[in-house]
Amino acid sequence: MTPSDELLATTIREESGRLVAALYRRFGDFDVAEEAVQGAVVEALAAWRRNGTPDRPGAWLSTAAQRNAMDLLRSRGRRDRAADRLSKDAAREAGTTAASATDDRLALLFACCHPALAPEARLPLTLRAVIGLTTPQIASAFLVNEQTLAQRIVRAKRKIVSTGIDLRVPEHLEERLPDVLAVIYLMYNEAFVSSTGRTHDRDLGADAVWLAGVVATSLPEQAEAWGLAALLTIQHGRAAARFTSTGRLVLLRDQDRSRWDRGALDRGTHYLEHAASLRSPGSYQLQAAIAACHAEAESWKETDWLQIVTLYGFLIEQDPSPVVRLNAAIALAQLGPRQAIRALAEVEALGGRLDGYHLWHATRAELLRLNGRDDEAAAADQRALALTGNEAERRLIQTRLRRYPLSDGS
Amino acid sequence: MKYVLMFTHEPALLADVDPAKAEEVYGKIYAWYGEHQAEISDSGAELQPVETATTVKHGGVVVDGPFNEAKEVVGGFSVIDVPDMDAAIELAKSWPHLELPGVGVEIRPMVEDYSQFE
Repeated sequence: MTPSDELLATTIREESGRLVAALYRRFGDFDVAEEAVQGAVVEALAAWRRNGTPDRPGAWLSTAAQRNAMDLLRSRGRRDRAADRLSKDAAREAGTTAASATDDRLALLFACCHPALAPEARLPLTLRAVIGLTTPQIASAFLVNEQTLAQRIVRAKRKIVSTGIDLRVPEHLEERLPDVLAVIYLMYNEAFVSSTGRTHDRDLGADAVWLAGVVATSLPEQAEAWGLAALLTIQHGRAAARFTSTGRLVLLRDQDRSRWDRGALDRGTHYLEHAASLRSPGSYQLQAAIAACHAEAESWKETDWLQIVTLYGFLIEQDPSPVVRLNAAIALAQLGPRQAIRALAEVEALGGRLDGYHLWHATRAELLRLNGRDDEAAAADQRALALTGNEAERRLIQTRLRRYPLSDGS
Repeated sequence: MKYVLMFTHEPALLADVDPAKAEEVYGKIYAWYGEHQAEISDSGAELQPVETATTVKHGGVVVDGPFNEAKEVVGGFSVIDVPDMDAAIELAKSWPHLELPGVGVEIRPMVEDYSQFE
């Protein structure tokens, strides 16, 4: 990413959500507002690359978006109605206190993650409306068909308009905040796992960290919002060490820890301390605490595994999903030979319903190997290899199979 | 904005509900209408059981039964007028019948602005 692309990306994500919210409030049409800002982003990407970034990029985007909105309204022949609505809204708003720009962006985020919208549409809509990604950028980052994605976004926007989903931060935060946090978590994970993880000019992981920070600072009393910000900040602080210069995936145990971003890890730990001070535990805080244990350790060997195993115990109570259980088993196996036998037994017990899941086979392979059963481990790795569609993971398993071949040479 | 709340249920599941419990919920429903008078218009209705349904299909064919053979049936509807979707969801969530298994409320915005069809 060139420095100007980075400036472009941060300017766009700072401004787009605010602009969509402001235009929506002004014209009363979510679709027009979102479309107008999207158009301005596309124009900015082209013009700023060609002519350099303007002195006041925010104002540039705002002007372009307003012009687009007027054009859209004119072409849809709805200018008069919008003007009607505008005067009605102005009357209504006069009676309420003005919402700050941050509140507006948060309200927009809650609308994009509304439970009335299809779950698979919430992330792409958030990426477009709140942080200003273009549809082709989203499609290329997540390796999905652009047309399918565009349709999904259009359908969700129509539903916001037709059902009257308003831009506001809900009163019952505890009901709605988990949906918002889940979308940001998914955004980071998609960026983390997907083989590209970034478009040619946007680092989605960094965008997710930023958005989690916006939510946490806007809702300072919400412990899980801080927990998520802590988790993503710490994960992202380790991101540079996850791949070799040739793009090979490196497991945590083999990572060069000097490449971790200490500033980010400290920031994440600091967020986690703030979350803990609110005394309302939750699964993001637990995951962040586990990540913090790894961040503090000098090496895989010197990691405080007992604490990690304890934290996983709490996490399984909240989230007994297979991924959590598999990771817990790996942690347990680090405590000693007896625990390694128990960890393997626990993973085997999860089998059956996880037989089609590559990580189950990969975890089982690792634990079999720890227990000295190399041949069975290689067979399990073969199964994992056959099941994964992710190129980076395939290469990792292939490397492991070369290092520990089956004794018959296959 | 105006919305229609469509109250649905599964007759098979409601048949198993203890009559005293059903009576209690019915009382709460009555109170619910009183409490939300301001948001609910008069044009709603509670429907006779689904066995009474008759459907006229394309071509004028008249058949016994509801339009759609499903486990769930529509038991009634109300027209509400509230500020936005979140308020509609809030009101739907407070529908006392939701205490019973197989009950649902579908929220549908009404067409109010006919200029979109011009």
